[in-house]
Amino acid sequence: MELRPILSAMRRNKVGAVLIGVQIAVTLAILCNGLFIIEQRLALSQRPSGVDEANVFAIDNQWVGAPGDVPARQRADIEALRALPGVVDAYDTNQYPLTNSGWSESVLLDPDASGSGTLSAALYFGDDHALNTLGLRLVAGRNFEASEIGERQASDRLHTAVILITRALAQALFPKGNAVGQSIYVEGNKQPSLVIGVVERLQIPWTGAGGWTEKYFENSMIEPYRFIESDSWYMVRTRPGQLASVMKAARDKLLQIDRARLLDKIEAVSDTRIAAYRDDRGLAVILAVVCASLIGVTACGIVGLTSYWVSQRRRQIGIRRALGATRGAILRYFQTENLLIAAAGALVGIGLTVAVNLWMVTSFAMPRLALAWAGLGALGVLLLGQLAVLWPALRAASVPPALAVRDA
Amino acid sequence: MFPYYLELALRSLRRNAVLTTLMVTAIGVGIGASMTTLTVFRAMSGDPIPAKSRQLFRPQIQSRGPDGADRESEDGLQTDLSYLDAMAWMRAHQAVRQTVTYASGLTVRPADPKQKPFRADVRAAYNDFFPMFAVPFAFGSPWTHADDDDRSAVVVLTRALNDRLFGGSNSVGKTLRLGNEPYTVVGVLNDWLPIPRFYDLQVVPFGESDQLFIPFTHAIDRQLEVDGSTSCSDDRQAGFPDLLQSNCIWLQYWVELPTAADVAKYRLFLNNYAAEQQRSGRYAWPPRTELRNVREWLAYRHIVPNEMGVLMLLSFGFLAVCLLNAAGLLLAKLMGRAGDIGVRRALGASRTAIFVQCLIETGMVGLAGGLLGLLLTSLGLLAARSLLTADFVALTHLDLADVGIAIALAVTATLLAGLYPTWRAAQVQPGWQLKAP
Repeated sequence: MELRPILSAMRRNKVGAVLIGVQIAVTLAILCNGLFIIEQRLALSQRPSGVDEANVFAIDNQWVGAPGDVPARQRADIEALRALPGVVDAYDTNQYPLTNSGWSESVLLDPDASGSGTLSAALYFGDDHALNTLGLRLVAGRNFEASEIGERQASDRLHTAVILITRALAQALFPKGNAVGQSIYVEGNKQPSLVIGVVERLQIPWTGAGGWTEKYFENSMIEPYRFIESDSWYMVRTRPGQLASVMKAARDKLLQIDRARLLDKIEAVSDTRIAAYRDDRGLAVILAVVCASLIGVTACGIVGLTSYWVSQRRRQIGIRRALGATRGAILRYFQTENLLIAAAGALVGIGLTVAVNLWMVTSFAMPRLALAWAGLGALGVLLLGQLAVLWPALRAASVPPALAVRDA
Repeated sequence: MFPYYLELALRSLRRNAVLTTLMVTAIGVGIGASMTTLTVFRAMSGDPIPAKSRQLFRPQIQSRGPDGADRESEDGLQTDLSYLDAMAWMRAHQAVRQTVTYASGLTVRPADPKQKPFRADVRAAYNDFFPMFAVPFAFGSPWTHADDDDRSAVVVLTRALNDRLFGGSNSVGKTLRLGNEPYTVVGVLNDWLPIPRFYDLQVVPFGESDQLFIPFTHAIDRQLEVDGSTSCSDDRQAGFPDLLQSNCIWLQYWVELPTAADVAKYRLFLNNYAAEQQRSGRYAWPPRTELRNVREWLAYRHIVPNEMGVLMLLSFGFLAVCLLNAAGLLLAKLMGRAGDIGVRRALGASRTAIFVQCLIETGMVGLAGGLLGLLLTSLGLLAARSLLTADFVALTHLDLADVGIAIALAVTATLLAGLYPTWRAAQVQPGWQLKAP
């Protein structure tokens, strides 16, 4: 192997080699951590909410000027929505997933417990149509019955006899898996609420990364109320493919029933999802652009410096060729040289990657990066180096042997 | 000598256009990426009210016992206040100026029948709010103390809302219907957007929000629900009147204390108040109190998202790669000119002269990179604003300081990166180069 001449040539050109090596190290650290964050954010934004998002939309209904008998008005609205062609089901509620604003309450197994050890869960209201409207799957127990449904305003303080909880919350409260039929104490009530059913999945309204919103993202409960307020959500599920037409029909129908209302927001849940994860996606895009530019800059740097070395050594290359070195040998020389520099850089880079990640773990509570990522990244930068060096190395290989004897 | 060096540098840069372009691009891209994040970071962590940030204070009291400590705050104190505490402090009137505020919403019903009703963000406050926070007025003025006392239906509009409702004319004295009630316009603000919106960080701290301002006392009378968080432990009863009697926390409180003596006096007041509340049995624990000025408050609330720190680190790492790159290319370029330098040295140029000349050449590359970087920064800010929400990216523009920082950063960084190549160039031996074929 022709390592020795490469090493001695490098010793003459320490600075250039170090410049490329350090570039590769920093590039590796940024690439690995950047791609790691991108992967995390994309995973976060792809968590299922539990809602049949393709076919469900929400209407923000605001009564203007405090009309009388809101309960009857809302009941009429919901009945009208359910009767619309193309509608599967509808109900009125206080919040729905992915909106990043909502209501949470404490959940206890012992009514007298306080302080640490309390769980909190997102509090959704819904009647016996809620599961069918959102498309939630009941995995144990039963749904609400019509007779159990009450009415509730934002400021009311009520106690519910029956309650539905998500599987995630059920597992947190009853690890043995026997949640149905158990009593829990919610909203600081001293009277128990009976868990009558467990739904597979219903995400909390908040989607933020890090902190409790990420840790407890499926801790939700549904209480059997219709939400009677000056500002409430009407949720509507449509038959597949009819979302757009029903959204328009629903708006017209509601305004036809009563014009004294604002319908500022009629939004498909799929659009709520896009808005909810806009920052996560934006961050991923920005990091992707930074990573791509970084690859470009590093590659250009390698091409530039190696080209310079090649032009500096044209005579020596000519002499080697004249002495019998093949084109392949010249090509291999530059490729091996680059591999040595890149490998040294990658080694330092792996250390740097881990250091940057540890800093993010301690300062920003980010998850730890698997070492495999750094290894994969190291392979990537080695490949990048080989690709970048190819063009100048080919130019070196094409130096004619005659150059050695010509008076340059 | 300088113009001559400048000309030499230009000629040399032109001769090797590819290398020059590569260097300028590398520096420009690096400056663009790092300045984009730095500009946003500076805006988000900046002082929203530099003239008064050391005179405006946010008082706090520990309104939950040790069990109910606020998990999100580092000292376990609650950030907001209950109505009971807030009103007791307003009545005590121990500061030069004070206001309690909260965010709400109301339906605006424009007089123009062609305009549809819409919901607007409302800020309920006392009249001290405006002079305290140095809020600029285009028309009219804040409402009066008497309006606060009389719980009057008066309103101050932002400029944007006044443009929308009254076509930008002086609307002072006109009537505006909010929900079912008529309000008299007493003032219209000039452009005002403190970033971050320090006085209430709960809703959109880095974007536009509050569109109209009404007296706090009036908002309470109308029972306007809070937009933002209301946090209750166990004592909430039904309805708004009970909220006012409860220990639920939902209000922001600010005081203006111009001198150190005022601050000391106010601290004493808070501690006495806390002790008094414990004696009266309202709090079963000795409540701690705290008084933080605007800067301390912003630091305490950690409002700059973690992701900004990550982006800063990665983008400055990126700049480092770009500079290493430029240094490598510069080395190649200057050493490629060893022959020229040898001739100049042989003709009597001193080492210093060569060094200065190469440095000027390097500086010009840095300057060009800085200008390209500025261009990329403004593009980067546009892109960031279209990709991210206001929770993440402050509504910010390049200001003069940013431009200065970008150019200075580009030139200094390039000069530093070019120091070694330049030094090497100055070491070229005249004779040695002339001997070479």
